Amino acid sequence: MLNVSGLACSRGERRLFSDVSFSLAAGEWLHVQGENGSGKTSLMRLLVGLSPADAGLIRWRDEPTPSAEFRRDLIYLGHHAAVKEDLTPLENLRLASALDGIALDERASMAALIRLGLRGREELPVRVLSAGQKRRVLLARLLTRPAVLWVLDEAFNALDVAAVKLLGELIAEHLSAGGMAVLTSHQPLPVPGGKALVL
Amino acid sequence: MNALLATVRRDLLLALRRKSEVLTAVFFFVIVTSLFPLGIGPEPVLLKKIAPGILWVAALLATLLGLPRLFAADHVDGTLEQMALSPSSLGLLVAGKILAHWLLCGLPLVLLAPVLGLQFDLDASALVILTLALLLGTPLLSLIGAIGAALTLGVRGGGVLLALLVLPLYIPALIFGAGAVEAHIAGLGAGGHLSLLAAMLALAVFFAPWATTAALRIALE
Amino acid sequence: MNQSIIQWFKFGSPQAFYPLAGRMIPWFWAAAAAFGIAGLWISFFVAPTDAQQGEGYRIIFVHVPASWMSMFIYLVMAFWAGLGLALNTRLSGMMAQSLAPTGALMAALSLWTGALWGKPMWGAWWVWDARLTSELILFFLYLGFMALQAAIDDPRRADKAGAILALVGVVNIPIIYFSVKWWNTLHQGSTINLTKAPSMAHTMLWGMLLMALCFWMYSIAVALTRVRAIILERERHTDWVKHAVE
Repeated sequence: MLNVSGLACSRGERRLFSDVSFSLAAGEWLHVQGENGSGKTSLMRLLVGLSPADAGLIRWRDEPTPSAEFRRDLIYLGHHAAVKEDLTPLENLRLASALDGIALDERASMAALIRLGLRGREELPVRVLSAGQKRRVLLARLLTRPAVLWVLDEAFNALDVAAVKLLGELIAEHLSAGGMAVLTSHQPLPVPGGKALVL
Repeated sequence: MNALLATVRRDLLLALRRKSEVLTAVFFFVIVTSLFPLGIGPEPVLLKKIAPGILWVAALLATLLGLPRLFAADHVDGTLEQMALSPSSLGLLVAGKILAHWLLCGLPLVLLAPVLGLQFDLDASALVILTLALLLGTPLLSLIGAIGAALTLGVRGGGVLLALLVLPLYIPALIFGAGAVEAHIAGLGAGGHLSLLAAMLALAVFFAPWATTAALRIALE
Repeated sequence: MNQSIIQWFKFGSPQAFYPLAGRMIPWFWAAAAAFGIAGLWISFFVAPTDAQQGEGYRIIFVHVPASWMSMFIYLVMAFWAGLGLALNTRLSGMMAQSLAPTGALMAALSLWTGALWGKPMWGAWWVWDARLTSELILFFLYLGFMALQAAIDDPRRADKAGAILALVGVVNIPIIYFSVKWWNTLHQGSTINLTKAPSMAHTMLWGMLLMALCFWMYSIAVALTRVRAIILERERHTDWVKHAVE
């Protein structure tokens, strides 16, 4: 469903990577590996359509991206917290869904927060939560926002052991339900199978 | 359309949690307009003559004060990225943000202007025209300003640069807005000025969110 | 596709354009000098002394062409900017960037000569004449464009952001011009119109046209020189630049 061919990217004068090609089918995931500065994040941003590629083609369901369908099927979580510090976790989830045009009821968002171990924190402003907990608020979006393709950039950073295990489970569930994922990290990931791409 | 309203609700809620930022611009407007009589002297005839210009320039600067924050916070915490990738059209979300900016920064100025106009000895009918002109003009300021805010997003010295980019583009709004009140006081009728303001607003409603969206996509690259 | 269009696209690449521009620059300088000498000769020796304004009026031979060029260059700049945004060609952004300083120079020259003319004519360095005011705003627009381009580090992003600003500016220029004119007539401050010299003689018109051509050729020559420098700077890591510089 996701076909990437001949992707190239440079930052300023430096060529980060060229001729990156891969494809993903339902239930598959890709582990993008590489040293610091090898262009993992750049590849992710290119893939989701935030920045333009120097060369190459990305196709989603045989349509060149970014198509409306691609946007609907995609969820991208990057380095940023992407949550509002002044709002509570519950408000963050609800507002993010509203912006995406997705109805989200109280129960579903509460269930997502509880699954991510934020019970009792749902009415506190995000500002008072720890870095790891903020990250969990963001990850709750994986449960509240239906998407086929998960693009997660360094999603395992700042998470404790329990959260790493939990995220691994979430991804595995997503894959077994026919989803796809593209993940970056330097360390081995607690998700079975998967293709590897070294930059 | 739902996405637009959701953005407005979101930005209003956020502003509610940080009231001081909104109030700063409003107080700025009040203080700047009150400084002019102190600098020029309390002569009512002169003050009445320059009142429309002063109120409009102050409104311009007060709007400018709030502009750098329009997209900056969302840019820093990454929510702007999420908006750009959202299934909803970014143009609608941006239009919602601009509308929220007007509700928070423009509308208070419109409501305060008649009170401040009293300080300058404007009579009731002139105050009505002033309020009408600001009602048409302040959304225009928010719309044009949003383009500048998007272009200077994440740029070194963004705030000053924003003023340099946006203020020349504000000149027509200033001329027709202040001109409407002056023409009314001079007995010429403000209809022409107000219709021109409305025409410019219609043009900006159509054009500015589009240009802002394009500028935001460039800033996110 | 038509052969000539392909030819044009070939010159759209900085590498092909660099030597072409280098070959064209001397010709434009020569044309600028020729038109300039002819224009100055007419404006100083042929054009008659004005009955009302004396010899001082001769500054319009610089003032009017400079005003024309400042407006024209903004249009050309916006055209290149729009082309760059639509077709994503690298050279277009460089062209827009290279034109801006010349446009700003022309606007500044127009303001300066306007002030020099105004002092003996109306006894003031500055009058809020509609054209002078519009010229001042145009000067601000040029400054904004250059400041924005200078503030953004990544040249491709600078080009695109500048392009949007130039296009927004070009939509606004007629509105600004119209509003300033309206404002000017409403306030009736100065009824003197800078460019409407009474009973303009034919020789004056010729002088102005020749000077305008001179400024035009000069603008092209310096813009091409500047675009060559920009090409070298932005493509310095490529092999062809290393060869070209050697």
